[in-house]
Amino acid sequence: MLPPDEPLAEIACRVNGRAVRGRAALRQTLVEWLRADLGLTGSHVGCAHGVCGACHVRLDGAVVRGCLVLAAQADGATVETIEAAGGPEEAALRDAFVAHAGLQCGFCTPGMILQAAELLQRNPAPSREAIRDALSGNYCRCTGYHAIVDAVEAAARALRGPAATA
Amino acid sequence: MPDRAIGRALPRDASRRLVAGGGRFLDDHAERGELHAAFLRSPLPHARFTLHTDAAAALPGVAAVLTARDLAAVCRPWRTVSKGFPGLVSPEQAPLADGRASWQGEPVAMVLAASRAIAEDAAEAIDAAWEELPAVTDVQAALAPGAPPVHPGLEGNRAWGTTIRHGDPDAAFAAAALVVEERLVFTRHTGVPLEPRGALALWEKGTGALTIRLSHQMPHQMRLHLAEQLGLPVNRVRVVAADVGGGFGIKMHVYQDEMAVAAASRLLARPVRWVADRLESMLADIHAREHVVTARLAVDAEGHMLGFDVQDLQGLGAVSVYPRSSTVEAMSLLRTLGAPYRFAHARARIDSVLQNKVPTGQYRAVGAPIGCAVTERLIEKAAAARGEDALAFRARNLLRAEEMPLVNGFGAALHGLHHHAALEKARALMDLPALRAEIAAGRAAGRLLGLGLAVTVEFTASGPAIYGGAGVPVAATDTVVATLEPTGEVSAQASITEIGQGITQGLAQVLADAVGVPAGAVRVEAGDTAAAPHGGGAWASRGAAIGGEAAWGAGRALRAQLLDAAGALLQAEPGTLDISDGAILDAAGTPRMTLAELGRLMLFRGHELPRGVTPSLSAAFHYRREGDATLANNGVHAALVELDGGSGLVRVLRYWMVGDCGRVLNPLLVDGQYRGGIATGIGEALLEACRYDADSGQFLSGTLADYLLPMATDIPDITLGHVETPYPRSAVGAKGAGESGTCGAPAAILNAVNDALAAAGGGAVTELPIQPVAVLRALGRLA
Amino acid sequence: MTPARFAYARPATLDAALDMLAREEEATPLAGGQSLVPMMAMRVARPALLVDLNALPGLDAIEATPGVLRIGALARHAAVLDHELVAAEAPLLALALREVAHPAIRNRGTLGGSLCLADPAAELPACMVALDATLVLASAARGERRVAARDFFAGLYATARRADELLLRAEIPRAPGWSPWFEEVARRRGDYAIAGLAVMARREAGRIAALRLAFCGVEAAPRRLPEVEAAVIEGRDAAALLPGLLAPLGSAEAPAAYRLHLAQLLLRRATEHAHAAA
Repeated sequence: MLPPDEPLAEIACRVNGRAVRGRAALRQTLVEWLRADLGLTGSHVGCAHGVCGACHVRLDGAVVRGCLVLAAQADGATVETIEAAGGPEEAALRDAFVAHAGLQCGFCTPGMILQAAELLQRNPAPSREAIRDALSGNYCRCTGYHAIVDAVEAAARALRGPAATA
Repeated sequence: MPDRAIGRALPRDASRRLVAGGGRFLDDHAERGELHAAFLRSPLPHARFTLHTDAAAALPGVAAVLTARDLAAVCRPWRTVSKGFPGLVSPEQAPLADGRASWQGEPVAMVLAASRAIAEDAAEAIDAAWEELPAVTDVQAALAPGAPPVHPGLEGNRAWGTTIRHGDPDAAFAAAALVVEERLVFTRHTGVPLEPRGALALWEKGTGALTIRLSHQMPHQMRLHLAEQLGLPVNRVRVVAADVGGGFGIKMHVYQDEMAVAAASRLLARPVRWVADRLESMLADIHAREHVVTARLAVDAEGHMLGFDVQDLQGLGAVSVYPRSSTVEAMSLLRTLGAPYRFAHARARIDSVLQNKVPTGQYRAVGAPIGCAVTERLIEKAAAARGEDALAFRARNLLRAEEMPLVNGFGAALHGLHHHAALEKARALMDLPALRAEIAAGRAAGRLLGLGLAVTVEFTASGPAIYGGAGVPVAATDTVVATLEPTGEVSAQASITEIGQGITQGLAQVLADAVGVPAGAVRVEAGDTAAAPHGGGAWASRGAAIGGEAAWGAGRALRAQLLDAAGALLQAEPGTLDISDGAILDAAGTPRMTLAELGRLMLFRGHELPRGVTPSLSAAFHYRREGDATLANNGVHAALVELDGGSGLVRVLRYWMVGDCGRVLNPLLVDGQYRGGIATGIGEALLEACRYDADSGQFLSGTLADYLLPMATDIPDITLGHVETPYPRSAVGAKGAGESGTCGAPAAILNAVNDALAAAGGGAVTELPIQPVAVLRALGRLA
Repeated sequence: MTPARFAYARPATLDAALDMLAREEEATPLAGGQSLVPMMAMRVARPALLVDLNALPGLDAIEATPGVLRIGALARHAAVLDHELVAAEAPLLALALREVAHPAIRNRGTLGGSLCLADPAAELPACMVALDATLVLASAARGERRVAARDFFAGLYATARRADELLLRAEIPRAPGWSPWFEEVARRRGDYAIAGLAVMARREAGRIAALRLAFCGVEAAPRRLPEVEAAVIEGRDAAALLPGLLAPLGSAEAPAAYRLHLAQLLLRRATEHAHAAA
């Protein structure tokens, strides 16, 4: 229970397709609010200072650092997290990350998948270099990235259809 | 056996959950009524302090502000002692420093409040008076005469030291045709698992039992420490490590802050939650690998290595880490020094030095990257001095498989290593002639290209003699309990910990083959001491090598029990029956019943069983390796780098590694360990550094903008090859793969950069990480 | 790592925002928040009132008038990077923005935020100086005020913006015939520059007729260096002038001598490019 003097914000927004009303401490970041109040723990807090990318969420359609947006700023916005992100890109990426072992501990993975999905929406056939570039703001401490790049490449191929795999 | 599971590249079961956002990491859990903790930490490397906490405690939402004396009532202090390091100087530690802090970041007070934000407000509001004491952070300055003591009353800052002498090093160096020498400086690193450390403690009123969630590599061991420090019976302590977001050695030590969470929960009889923020992680997670190594190599006229002479100065931090002791790193360095090679003479001196810095500890590959870098740098120098190809020099001096087992001059027990096979495979993988032509062409066009090699030996899967012999209660054995479910699946609990390396998948594949079921029918869980049996956890690349044997043993024992039951039911000699693909086969290979039928019968229709037959659905196996104190694996690493002659930046263009980790349980897992380990090593070689201000001793690498981790754009594609020589004195034969990549990468990068520098007529770099400024200075392009 | 307490307002109109800044001494505008929020999390920044600009209408517009390209202060980096008008009229910004941070940061970070923070290593301030942009500020008390970019950046994290002012937009002269060059040296992809150089050059009859340049990462703030620009135009050794002109920053990983070295390196590359293209 927060003490009565803690400043709060009223938030009404859409989260993962549903209308949500709630309150957050003003100084709570979006990712903290999603995790603690809405139980959406798929986005992770790895650094809380905007470097690691584990907290990525989609805010009004664009992937952002969830630790660098205040929960109060989500009032009126549309938020999407890894729990619901279900476009064709995310589906293909999920399959490919699993098949290619593009994750180990999995802490960075939700942020990786959201960022990679945004890449594939813009560039359906990225080079390995372009994949590395797009994911440069998402740290992985486990895989050495190679398998992640493999997975994104494979997802891109799968999305382009059978002709692309030849 | 159809579809043998061991060796197959099966995706991990857990991955499906993790890609869907279904991970359950420490901070994803909560307890009703929990208090949030924040620590006040020393802002100075060495200081006396007095605290006035009344104003902080009076803030709305604050439940308590605790200091050392409060927690002393419920938590005993601890001190690192090891027979392996006689005479070790390491002061007592308690959850909070009492009146004097001996490193920047040491916790001195703890606030418990309604939210983390309020706890931080209150920590700020503590009225702390700091009296700065002389501090020493530089490892060489710490040993200088007249250096301020890291702790009052110390006569010197040397915590421990030893000398080793083998053969006749004086004569060897005197008689040598060539002696090369190098002094290499290794800057502190830290592990930075993306999930920070943390604890969620729940004290059970009345019974006095503690349940604590930790992000940890060895919940069983922490359970013992918690019981001991809090004075509880061990069976009243439950430690749960759910999904662990990376460990790398960071999450295997006893930390003051984690112990404080447990103690506070007991003191206040409330659930207490604390998750380190990244600033705390950088300050207070163990650091590692601060060494200044001066080493010489003696070579005879024919290019045979005669011996090594090495001095290692190790920075320990303010205490030697509990319970294993930070000095283990220096011994690991020494054991890996020259380990792939034949040499008869050895001399070493180690000085492990206290400093007013956060303690160091065992971090992925421990001292091996340093031992390897020193060795491989000396080899490059020796080959260059002889005017010969360094690969030819290595090939001449690498131990042949038939020369082992042997114990070398630094006390390393070498067995089952296959260096020449790995070297041949690496040559082929790299297509060395074409690669050399490419490098020559590039250099002719003005590019600063360099190729670096390294040969590694890694000591893995420590057996009972290592810590047991040192009197340190670290379990080197592991247990698996396997159970047949009434639906025919197999469930298992393992004492090995899953920290993202995928070992539960590897063990599932072992169990599948051991019992005779498809891999998809096996589920292995770990990490909850209330469910999993005793054992060691995740360290020393031991999951497959020790956990794998435990899984095999449990699977075979379960299989034998099921065959006994089936024999009684089918009126057949159990020895004539088999289990395959989840079914009992008779002598003719005909399926007679499924395991699901057998399981249901055993569990629900026991009355149909013959008299006197009471088969168990579960089997436990506790694996203890006899004989070899450690296992050893080997590898060959190669890196192609390009230097930017203008900026001094180093780019890794390509990387190759061939490893022999014994039996590969699942190539997806092994390749992931190799590549991830290499990335760690590349970071170590080029980017990562814990830096301190030379004057104030202030830590300068406290954020991820300052401590540079490798990004996707910093690591190249990594080509892997495998030599698979199973460990012969075991059932499964895995030797461990988790740290091999890290062992060799710094050496390969160091050699590659120096190769490029040498080709450009430059000097050498001798400090890790290799800074752009150092590259430019070596090229003579910057004063 | 949670911010100290603050009050928060998200005004819906510019006038309301300016009123808040005028009334509250400790009010801090919040644009993309990509630097301010982490500074608050570390309690390095402790604003009493955050004035969130993200609901202000029209402040993110990117539009061309006959003379200038206007980029609203709230335009996100990603929008600027991808915008056709920017590609056509101020391609220097697109070159520089490719080096700015990472996609998720570019999706949220704003032009105005970057300019008003004035991090010495940031790319966009140097670009504005090289582009000879004009920055348009507004306050409740004094209305609009125009400041040349070269006069705006005053030092480490210091600008000519007064506490009661908001940056509305940057106005970049449309400059047919000018071509851009941008390069930087950073330790890793997307890191702040250890040294960077933004150059605009106009060529006539096969030679450089006019040139503007500004470094980032090297000094406390980006500035024009007329002597250096003249030397480049005249084909003299401009890099040789830098040691006498620059006051490079120094840090543990990048000492002042290294930054100076990089500044010279970048200037030589830029000069070579300018002459080769001319």
